[in-house]
Order: sequence, then structure tokens, then C-alpha cells
Amino acid sequence: MEGTEHFIMGDVACAEAAIASGCRFFAGYPITPATEIAERMAKRLPQVGGVYIQMEDEMASMAAVLGASWGGLKSMTATSGPGFSLMMENIGLGIVMEVPCVVVNVQRAGPSTGLPTLCAQGDMMQARWGSHGHYEIIALSASSPQELFDVTIKAFNLSEKYRLPVLIMTDEVVGHMAEKVIIPPSNRIEIYPRRITKLPPEEYLPYLPDEDMVAPMVGIGEGYHIHSTGLTHDKKGYPVISAPVQKEMIDRLVCKIRNNVDDIVEYQEIETADAEIIIVAYGISVRPAQKALELAREKGIKCGMLKLTTIWPFAEKKIIELASQVKGFVVPEINYGQISLEVERCSAGHAKTILVKHAGGAIFNPDEILEAVEKL
Amino acid sequence: MKYWRKPLDYEDIKIPRGKVSIIEDRCKGCSFCVEYCPRNVLEMSEYFNKKGYHIPYIKNPGDCVNCNFCEVICPEFAIYIEKLEE
Amino acid sequence: MKKQGDEELNGMPGRHPLSSLLREDRMPHIWCPGCDIGTVFSSCLTAIHESKIDYNNFAMVSGIGCTGRAAGYIKLDSFHTTHGRAIPFATGLKIAKPRMKIIVFSGDGDLFTIGGNHFIHAARRNIDLTVICVNNFTYGMTGGQVASTTPFNSKTSTTPQGNFEKPFNLPYMAAAAGAVYVSRWTTLHVRRLTGSIVEAFNKKGFSFIEVVSSCPTSFGRRNKLGSPLDIIQHFHKISVIQNGIHPKDANLDISKEIVVGKFVDTEAPTFFDLLEKIYPPEM
Repeated sequence: MEGTEHFIMGDVACAEAAIASGCRFFAGYPITPATEIAERMAKRLPQVGGVYIQMEDEMASMAAVLGASWGGLKSMTATSGPGFSLMMENIGLGIVMEVPCVVVNVQRAGPSTGLPTLCAQGDMMQARWGSHGHYEIIALSASSPQELFDVTIKAFNLSEKYRLPVLIMTDEVVGHMAEKVIIPPSNRIEIYPRRITKLPPEEYLPYLPDEDMVAPMVGIGEGYHIHSTGLTHDKKGYPVISAPVQKEMIDRLVCKIRNNVDDIVEYQEIETADAEIIIVAYGISVRPAQKALELAREKGIKCGMLKLTTIWPFAEKKIIELASQVKGFVVPEINYGQISLEVERCSAGHAKTILVKHAGGAIFNPDEILEAVEKL
Repeated sequence: MKYWRKPLDYEDIKIPRGKVSIIEDRCKGCSFCVEYCPRNVLEMSEYFNKKGYHIPYIKNPGDCVNCNFCEVICPEFAIYIEKLEE
Repeated sequence: MKKQGDEELNGMPGRHPLSSLLREDRMPHIWCPGCDIGTVFSSCLTAIHESKIDYNNFAMVSGIGCTGRAAGYIKLDSFHTTHGRAIPFATGLKIAKPRMKIIVFSGDGDLFTIGGNHFIHAARRNIDLTVICVNNFTYGMTGGQVASTTPFNSKTSTTPQGNFEKPFNLPYMAAAAGAVYVSRWTTLHVRRLTGSIVEAFNKKGFSFIEVVSSCPTSFGRRNKLGSPLDIIQHFHKISVIQNGIHPKDANLDISKEIVVGKFVDTEAPTFFDLLEKIYPPEM
């Protein structure tokens, strides 16, 4: 890959990727281990004509990100577990108002204050269901600073394409680890522009979708006079308190993602062609899983790995396809079973699912994963 | 109006005149306009609008001096004045 | 773009003068008979016209509550956000669109109880917003519960024997946090309120206007304040205009005295002034 080489930590790579994607607004609150993203954005945004504002709490941060995004700036915030919980209400607002923005969760051990400086992967289900009500969300994950850079650019593009907040679920180890990151030149970075309507104000309806179920946006203060609300609303954006309008709105918000699953879901298959056992891993757990895969192959076990980049929507189709081929899945995750539940659900009894669990605070030893593979 | 003596600029001052219009279906019968009209142009009527509220009627239309206070105090945007040209 | 603020506000046959700023397809609005949120809203629309600023330069952000519904009735870019978070949303919007005038139109429960923290920080930052708070001493939309502005001893649905907590003095809080323009009016002082809102639009920095109102349906009935007309006549009797006094002396006792007026009108560097000084735009 061409570009300049840098030795930077994951958080810094994330911030640089945001700037490269065109992010010009960051509203945040300091929290270990995401503080470095805020610090890097505070330093870099004024250099590129953007604004960094440190809000009084995470709820205000998320609200400010939504406001700035409506105003036309690509916006982002970064937090960890406790802040993620606080942001949930406004993430819900972002989903209903359909505001493109990016929220990074550098996970740490929870629940509650937990282990602020040590990693975990315990917020994966919260990313899916954290806000109240039924909705669909896009959440991506990364296992190295280079991947975090690439995934952040993907996140901004997906958020503009599908007009919703996109979550980046990384963890403290990836965030604080320093590794070689190759930053491509700006003309090599693909940026998906905000979809702005071409209709005049008399014809434009704020929530009338195109064929791909995404409604184009407008600029504020240009005579379109839109109204956007967190209440259930119709195509004009007006709140309507009725079940049929609720169905129409929820159908659209859910189908917007579900109908486009093939475009959104990304994963990487490693040696799965002849595999009998597949390790499904994401985030930092990919690294020990990779080693376990090598050791297993050396022992002659036909093992493969499915590395998930997109966590939500879940790679259902792939798991269903692999379940008919393999004996079982091994899911190492630094929690007591969250994505493993999804794997189990999707394999529908055709393959076993073994969870390799970890309470948090450290990453796996490859032997732990190998043991589970051997047991199968 | 009775004067002790005629003011020097009596010919120059023109008292503005206004025409009151009531948007019946918006009125909710709060009677702020009736209470605060300085010329007692309005009074609450026995008539019900579509939503069942008593609405004001224009009792003394010729007395309206285009002060617009009923228009600005009305919470419902249900009453407004058109300035009548002399 | 033709400046819509140029014509006189004159009624035409069949057309209310403020029609161009009102979403008439949503009238009549949801506010109760006698609720004077409508009056404050009307005053705000008149002020938008009288300011002679192009209508497209305005946007309104509101929170949750009866007053928050106002954003749904104004025919400009408007946002109805989550409870208490109208001000940070408006902060983000202002930073993205620094040349626009952002109005935050919300109630006392939304802005000062759940949103109190956001209010004082926005005032501290002196970010250029115009915050209009309709203070009806209660959480009206949910049926009249106690809020941070509920007068001592008042009955609400969650203080059935009377409120035993002291209420905030909103102008004092705003001034102490750093607002550069603070005034309080009642819904009866419509013309002064309109003038105050126009001044707030033209003021650089954080402007706060409290409008003393009442919720005749929940607060008024529980506290035997009478009909909406009785309440506004009572405001007429007990309000006294004292421009320029120190906000700490701006008493608000709905049984005895409501001090109204323009209390603070100073100059101070705004958020953008200071941002540009220390982080001059390099590109």
C-alpha cells in the first residue's frame, strides 16, 4: 500500500483518519482510554479549519455532534463504556433524525467504572441495542492501528451513505498500541460525499427516501425550512402520533440497513476453504486467534478464521453458509458471550458454538483459544 | 372625544382605523383579546366554533384604532387587524 | 434572496400577518385554551420579522415539553431534540453555521432542571445563542409535576402537599454563569418582550430571556389560580418593571410580586472571538 509510514497509536490513527475523511467537528469529553483521540483532534482540527469543543458531558457531546452534522460538518465523538451509556439517548435521536456522524467506543472493562485502563469487549450488544426502541445500527471493529485507520474512513463513508450514526467498537489495547500505520495520500482515500437533494424547496420532503431507502439531506438556512424531530414523524418530518406512521417509519429505518446488508457487511476469511473448525474473532482478539490458528494448523487441525470487520449488522449469511460446512465455531471474546450468541443463533444447530470467555482486563493467550479448538 | 379647547394639530392627527378579522376555527375562547382591547371593540359571543369554543365577535367594528394588541396577545394566531387606508 | 423582513406586518384578507413564518397546515396548535406559550411564540415570530434579518438566517431548536412543541410550528429550519439537550445541539449547529441566528425555545423544566448543566456551560462559553425560556413553574406536558422553578409551597402532582424546595432565580443564574443579555417579562408584556427578543438577536453572545407564563390546566388548577384570564390579570397587578437592577433582586413570587425588565446588557468576548484569537484559522 503506498503512502507515508507512521509509528502511531490506535487512537491517534483514528483521529488522523477522521481528519482525512473530512471530519471538521469533534465534541468530546475526556475518558480513559479514548482521551487521546480528543487530544489529537484538539491539536489537528484548528490546523484544518475545524473546531474542537470539549463539552460538559457525553450527552452534550453527542447532542453537539448531531447539531454540527445538521449544520453540514462531518462530526465525530469518542468515548468508552461509561460515556457510551450516557450517549445512548442521543444516539437514538441520531437514528430517528437520520443524522450522519461517527461515535468511537474504545472499550474498557466494565460494567460501571470497571478497569479504566484495561481492555475488554463487553459493549458489543450494547452497540446493537443500547438505545431504547427497535432500530438498526452499523458498528465496525478493528484489530490494529492500521485497521482502525481504515475502518474510521469506512465509518464516515457508511454514515453519509446510509444517513445514521455509525459506531466504531475498538478496545483499549488497539487504542493505546503503537504500530506502523501507512497513511495513503489524500487522493487515494475514497470519500463518500453527503447526499444533498437536487429538488427545489417546494418539492422536497425531508424523509422521502430514494430507491435505496435513504432520504437526501439539505443545507440548513437555504430556504428548505425543514423540521426534524425525535418524535415519530412522517415524510414531511412532522410528528404524527399514530401506529401506521410508526410502522412506516420503523420499516424504513430497519430496511434501510437490512436491505443493504450485502453492501455494508465486511469480513475476512482466513484458510476457511477446507476448515472443519472456524474461529470467529473481532477486535483485539483477532491477534491471539491468529496465533492459535497457526498452532492448530501445525498440529494438523483443519482450522480457519473468520475475522469480522462489521459487527452490526451481523454477518448472518456467512455464518449460515459456514455452519453447513464446519464441525463448529470457536468464538474468543473478552466478555461472557455476546457475539457468540449471534453465531449460535445463525448456525441454527448445524454447527456447535464454543465460547472462549474472558472477564476483561487482559487479552487472550493463544493457548486458551487453541485448547477450545482442540476440544472440538 | 370632548376637548376643553381644540388642539393646535387637530387637523393633522389622523386616528388610524383597522378592520378586525377572526379566524374562527383557531380560537380557543381564552378572551384575552376581549379583555385587553382598549376601545372595547370585541365581546365574547354565545356562538360555538367547530371545536366547541365560544369565540369573540366584533361588537363595535368602527372603533378599532389598529393598535394590534389583540393580534399580538392572541396565543392562537386567530385574530388580526388590517389597516384601513383613509 | 429577497429579504422577507422588508415588508410591514400587515394583515391581508383571510391571511394572518405572520403566515409566512407559521406552518399553517399544522394549525390549530396543541396548546391548551388560555395557555400563553402561543403568545410568546407569536412574539418571537414578530421579533424575527422586526429584526429585518433574512428569515433564512434563523433556525430554532427546542427540547421536550409543551414549549418545545413550538419548533414544530415555525416555518423555518427547526429541530425538536431530546429532553434538556436543546442547548448543546444548538451549540453544535451554531459552530457549523456561525452566521446563522440560532434560537433555543424551550421550557423551564427542559432548560433548567434536566438541562441546567448545559445552560450554565453555554452561558459560560458566551456562545451566540438566543435562549427564550417560557417559565410556567412546572412540567406541563406530563401533567404538572414539580420543577426547579416551582414556587415554594405550590401544589403539583408530585408534591401534593406543597413544594418544599426553593426555586431557582433564573436571571441571577444566567447572569452569574456569564450571559451578556438577561431579561424577564411576563406574557402580558408582549411588546416589550418582542423588543427584548429583537435586542437579543442583535446581541453578540449568550442572550437569555425568561418569560413568566402559567400552565392554567395543570399548575393553575391545582393552585387555584383561576381561569387563564384571571392569571394574566394577576400578572398585570403584581408585575413591576425595574430595568437595570441586579438580577439577585429580581424577585419572583407569584402571589406577591414579579419583577420584570432588562437586567443585564453587557459586552463580553464570545466563544468565536476567543476561539479565533487563540486558534487563528490557518486555512
